[in-house]
Formats: sequence, structure tokens, C-alpha cells
Amino acid sequence: MASLAAVRALNQNAVASLPADEGVTDLRFGLQLAESAKKRGVDFVHEAPTFDPKLEHIMPQVASTGAAVAVTDFDRDGWQDFYVTNSREGSLNRLYRNKGDGTFEEVAQSVGLADVNRSDTGVSMGAVWGDYDNDGYDDLLLYRYGQPQLFHNEAGKRFVAAGTGLPRRVNANAATWLDYDRDGRLDLFLAGYWPDDVDLWKLTTTRIMPESFEYANNGGRKYLLRNRGDGAFEDVTAAMGITSRRWTLAVTAVDVQGSGYPGLFLANDYGVSELFVNRDGTHFEDVAAEAGVGRAPKSGMNASLGDVFNDGRLSIYKTNISEPGQLVQGNDLWVPKAGGTGVPAFENLATTLGVDLGGWSWGAQFGDLNNDGAQDIYLVNGYISAGERSSYWYDFSVIAVGHSSIIGDAANWPAMKGRSLSGYQRKRVWINDGFGNFTDVAQAVGATDTNDGRAVALADLRNTGVLDVIVANQRGPLLIYENRVAPSRHWVQFELEGTKSNRSAIGARVELHWNGRVQAQQVTAATGFSAQNSRTLHYGLGEARTVDRAVIRWPSGVEQTIANPSVDIRHHVKEPD
Amino acid sequence: MRIDNRFLPPILITSILVAANLSFGILEGWERTALSIVVAIGTEMVLGRITYGKWPHPASAYISGISAGILIRSPFLWPYFFTSFISILSKYVLRLKGRHIWNPTNFGVSAVVLLAPATVTVLSIQWGNAVAPMAVIWLLGAVIVWRVGRAHISATYVAAFLVFSFVRSALTGVPWLATVAPITGPMYQLFIFFMVTDPKTTVRSKKWQCIVVVIVAFVEMLMRLAEIVYAPFYALFIVGAIAMVIDITRESRSSHRPA
Repeated sequence: MASLAAVRALNQNAVASLPADEGVTDLRFGLQLAESAKKRGVDFVHEAPTFDPKLEHIMPQVASTGAAVAVTDFDRDGWQDFYVTNSREGSLNRLYRNKGDGTFEEVAQSVGLADVNRSDTGVSMGAVWGDYDNDGYDDLLLYRYGQPQLFHNEAGKRFVAAGTGLPRRVNANAATWLDYDRDGRLDLFLAGYWPDDVDLWKLTTTRIMPESFEYANNGGRKYLLRNRGDGAFEDVTAAMGITSRRWTLAVTAVDVQGSGYPGLFLANDYGVSELFVNRDGTHFEDVAAEAGVGRAPKSGMNASLGDVFNDGRLSIYKTNISEPGQLVQGNDLWVPKAGGTGVPAFENLATTLGVDLGGWSWGAQFGDLNNDGAQDIYLVNGYISAGERSSYWYDFSVIAVGHSSIIGDAANWPAMKGRSLSGYQRKRVWINDGFGNFTDVAQAVGATDTNDGRAVALADLRNTGVLDVIVANQRGPLLIYENRVAPSRHWVQFELEGTKSNRSAIGARVELHWNGRVQAQQVTAATGFSAQNSRTLHYGLGEARTVDRAVIRWPSGVEQTIANPSVDIRHHVKEPD
Repeated sequence: MRIDNRFLPPILITSILVAANLSFGILEGWERTALSIVVAIGTEMVLGRITYGKWPHPASAYISGISAGILIRSPFLWPYFFTSFISILSKYVLRLKGRHIWNPTNFGVSAVVLLAPATVTVLSIQWGNAVAPMAVIWLLGAVIVWRVGRAHISATYVAAFLVFSFVRSALTGVPWLATVAPITGPMYQLFIFFMVTDPKTTVRSKKWQCIVVVIVAFVEMLMRLAEIVYAPFYALFIVGAIAMVIDITRESRSSHRPA
């Protein structure tokens, strides 16, 4: 009896989190979030597509992505703007220009980025900013279930279709910019989810589903597209050794071996993750299994980077599914082991640090939300919120275990009939105490929505030295959580501009040394799930008023040290010649 | 060379695990499975020595431990410890007239998923997607249960499951292939070859062994209609125990009946 009681107690401990404290608006945890989208002029609700009638019975599942958000300062006025995608056929995407007075204006239609969702060319799944032609203005890559499209930014005034050599159709849920060959020009990586030959609006067969719940290898192909510098992109995928056909949901570029050449981490649904290291720009090699991150197959949905221990090591956070009583995969926090050279071995410390159970987890981002000097995690979750008292989980678990001949055919999947599947879930705001111990304070600090979260992006939208949170929800409203942080806490930001390196400085790494700590951050394009944070790197400093130095390693290999950078300001740093 | 029948199930289950892990990398780390095995054998040794004054044969505990290590899915380590520990403990504590009434792993798994749903689930996926490995496991399993004289139990259960899956499909409108899908997974391979056939926790009569597993499959069907995910474990937990109590009681009465 004592043993059984112990099991019960341990189970309770695993799911405990700090409760909401109604009416309390103090800063117990150093931050307070207030949802303010409509107040700021942002009134957007994501709509999902409708695919071939053969998928009608499971439409909420196959049309479960597309709510995305990507942040940049597209018009270079010093204020962070953001682009959000819609997915219903005929629906409009939005570009919210930050007016600098706390409000946004919607300009997508006037600049040519709105009307991009058609069943013949595809519907939006996400977008990612990057200055591919180094003209100083970020361009936009739109990826769809359909044809990817590149838009050139004409000095922040309008966008025009650009780029040749892009594939005709990629059913992609993830894409990123990276300069894999370090030639100073941003290249493209596009990750297919469904196979390219699947037209979701005109199915010729219902045998389009994954061949296994955790060992599927029949997803979409990947594209590594080299930027030739003349507006054309060249498919070098096979030549560079990338042959994956996994069901990729998230990608981020990361240099895990410290060579200066960015590799790729792929969070894959229905299978193991992949970690492609870049061998000096000559080829990529999947080392996921030997590094430890690609052994246990799960349902990967997020890839983000954070320095959880303030020791200069970038960990990879990958989200998965956890549903009590049904499936407890647990999220993965892959921390590189210290010491050694080359590809590090990673260990999963998600359970140890308390960031493993996040429901049906989707996007997550690292960021110092309370400016205490440690990177926290904001996580959104929830798959399908439909009938509040009915669940599809039983039928889902039955089909998930089926052999490939069963699970692979959509016709065999039980009808959803308006039922939820891990819906109405509570979000997580995991505050890091600086030693890697995380505590969920979401309910206490105001992150109380229960929408089906997909993408989350962090940005200092008000130029106040605080990270605000933008959340894109599937079939739900776009949310902006305005963040209020204890005023005694200091911060510093770095906005990088490459010269030899790509002008967006994507791939640059900055180590900040202060008060005996060192925190590494990297400028990324895609991070999280279908999301892109502000490229301005934000460091909370706690009570510290001084910083020893910032060490910048540019993608070109140039290393730059800024001694004693001033605090409480944003530094614009140009790569030295 | 003739292999002791007691070693056949452990050899089969170990082969399944090793082959599956080498082929598909099913284990996140060996430590969880190793912990389950070590705890099961250790608990068996200690309790066996205390209870009977001699060291028990480890084959049974090994099966319980490795089964728990395969069946339990959790990001935590403690469920692996507890499932093995409770499984073996149940053999020594929950007894009737000298016989234990639950298959140890069935008891341990049922208890831990019932009490700790937020942190523990049961293996619920395919290992890979090829037909050949699955066919080999079914074939090997069938040969071994036949050699140990339990094939009729496994066969009866499979037949009953298939029949009842038609009934479920007819009642719910769910495609038949979806209702039958679970039995194609490795969880059921363990259930069919190692749990329902456990010599220590099945009734004595061959006829009643078949009847009991049909009832297990029937109760499982009712539970599945109620959308209970762990239906096979709970069904065996309930029906198996009732059958054992009746069997033990009847046996006790007949042994006390005057000649």
C-alpha cells in the first residue's frame, strides 16, 4: 500500500505548477503579462484551409498548422514589425507595421504580401525574413503547403516576387535562412512535411499518411538552395548529402561543433530528430544518433536554442506530446556535454530541469522574460480544441499503433466528429532561476489563454528593454502579451549588421560576460515552430549596471570584442572590415 | 542441445528487445530497461529468500522486469523502478492459499498507469513499419508458447479479439482496420505471449483457460467501447484475478473433500 501511495505522490509532484492568483498584479516573478492585441490595433484570427473531401473526417488534424509569426523591422525605422500568416483559401496574410506609439497598422495589402493563399499555389504555413541580396532590407520567404515564394523588399515600401530556382511545390511546415557556405549570402533550407507529389486539394489516393507513428520515413523531401548571388537559387540538397524524407515540423540552424559553419537541427514528427553538421561547407552529415539527439523517436514540433546554465553552451529545446493517461513523450532539452572538441554528445535534461511536460507542445522560445539574467522559456500548446467534453484520444491511440498498411491510409483513420484532441491546454512560462531550475508561472503572470497555440515569437515591441510575446493560434486570435518587468532590472541589446557576413548577421554568435556570468545567444532566422524572433539579441542583466564585454563571432569568422558596453540601451554593431 | 523451457520466454523477449532496439532504436537509453530488470530480480531475490529461505530462479523476475521496461513509457526513472517493484511485490503479498492471483507485470503496469496517468503511459506504437520483423516475432512467439504448452491460450485470445473487433466496428462505425490496429503492435505481442499465458496465473483446466481469455477479450471490448486506452491490461487484471480466485477456491474445496 505504501508503494502504491508513493506512485500517486510522485505523479502529483510531476504536474504541479504555480496557480493563478486572481487580482494580483505584483511582480513576484519579475514579470507580468497583459494581452493587448486589440488595444494595439491587431485584430487577426487565423483560419484553416479545407482540403480534399476525402480527408473531411480528419480535417482538423490534416489542417492543423499554418498559424505563424515572423518578426523583423522591415522598413528600418527602428521599431519591430511582424508578419502573420493565414491559411484558409482566399484569406489574407497580415503585415503589422509598428507605428512606434504602441500601436500597429496593417500594411500587407498595400505592400503586396496579403493575397497569397490559393488552392492552386497553396496556403501559407509560415514565413521567414532574411536579407538575401544584402541590400539592407529584409526579404520574405513564404512557405506553404504548395509553392514557396520569395518576396524582395523594395526599401521597405513594397514587396515584389523574386528569386528563381525555387521548387514548384513543397508541402512545407518549416524553412530557414542560413549561410551554409559562408560566402556572405544567405542560402535557403526548406523542409517538406507531406511529400511533394501530394496535392492536398486533389488527392489521387488516401494513402498519404505517415507509415508509422514514430518511425515514418515517407514525408516530404528537403531542399537546400544555394544563393548564387544573382537572384537565382541552386538546388544542392543531394550534392550536400541531405536525403531526409522525415516529417519535419521545425528547423533551426546551429553550429554545434564550433567550426563556424552552420548545421541544421530538424525536429521531426513521427520519428527521430536529425542533426546535420556542416563539414566546412562541403557536405552535411546527420550525426543525430551519435550525438544522442536522434535516438528516441517522438513527435518533434519545435527547435529553439538557449543557454540555460549561463555557461556559453547552447541547448536545443524540442517539444513533443504529453497527454496524461494517453501518451507521455515529454519534451527534450538537449544540453551539450561540456569539454571535448567536434560534435558534442548531448544529454536530455528536460525532466531534471522541469521543462518536460508541456501538454501537446508546439512553439517555444528562449528569452529573458524578466531580465534577471537567465533565459526563460515561453511555450504554447494545444492541438485541437473542439468539443469540450469529448475527446478523440482513444481513437487516435488506436490508429497510432497500427501497422503501416493501416496507419498510412487516411481512410482507416476514425472520424473526429467534432471531438477535441489535447485541446484547451494551459500554456507554460518557465522561469529560469539562473541555475537551470525552471518553474512554471504562466497562470500567475497572466499567460492564461487556452487557444491552440502554434507559433510564439519574442521581440521588444516598445523599445523599452523588455521582451514582449506574440502568439499565433491555429483557428484562433493572434495575441500580444505586453510584458512588464521589475524596473530595477537592467538589460542590453545588440542589433548586428554584417558586412563580410550576410547583412542580416544570421548565424552570428554573441557571448556576453558580466558579473561572473557568460550567456551565449545566436542570431537565427527560423526558431521555434513556424516562428522568427526579433534578430536583436536581448540580454537581461538582473541588478548589474555594468557589463565586462561582449564577444561577437561573425559568420565570416571575424571575432569582435566590445569592452564594457553601456547597459539599458540597444547597440547597433556593424561587422568590422 | 535441448534448452530448458524456463529459458525460452526470457530468450524470446530479450531477442525481441535487442532486435527492435538495434533496428529501430526503440530505447531512449538502456538505463530504464536495466533499472526495471535489476529491480525486478533484486526484489525477487530478497523476497524469495525471506519468504522461502532459498534463492528463487530469476527467469520469472527477469521476464517481469524486461516486460515492464519495454511496456512502460515515461520521461522519469521512478516509474520503471516502481512498476518492477510492485509487480514482484504483488507475487508475495497478494496471495490466496499459496498462489498469487495476478500476473506480476499486468498488476504492476495496471497499477502504475492507473495511479500515475500524468507521468506514465504504456508502449503504444509500432516498432518500425516493416511486415517482416513483425511476422518473425509472431512466428517465434507462437513456436515458444506451443513448446511450453500455452499456444491454445494465445490463439483463443487472438481469435476472440478479432471477432470482437468486428463487433466494435459494427457498433461504432469505426473502420474495422482501425479497431484491429492495436493487435498489430508490440504491446500486444507481449500481452499475448507473456501475460495471458503466464502458467502461475492461469486456471488449471485447459478448457477454462480458453474460456477465461475469451471473457478477457469480451471485457476488453466493453472497455474499448468506453474508450479506455489500457483496456487489455485492466481486463486481464479484473477477469484474470476473478478466475484465479474461483479456481483456487474450487481446488481447495476439492482437495478437502473426503474421499
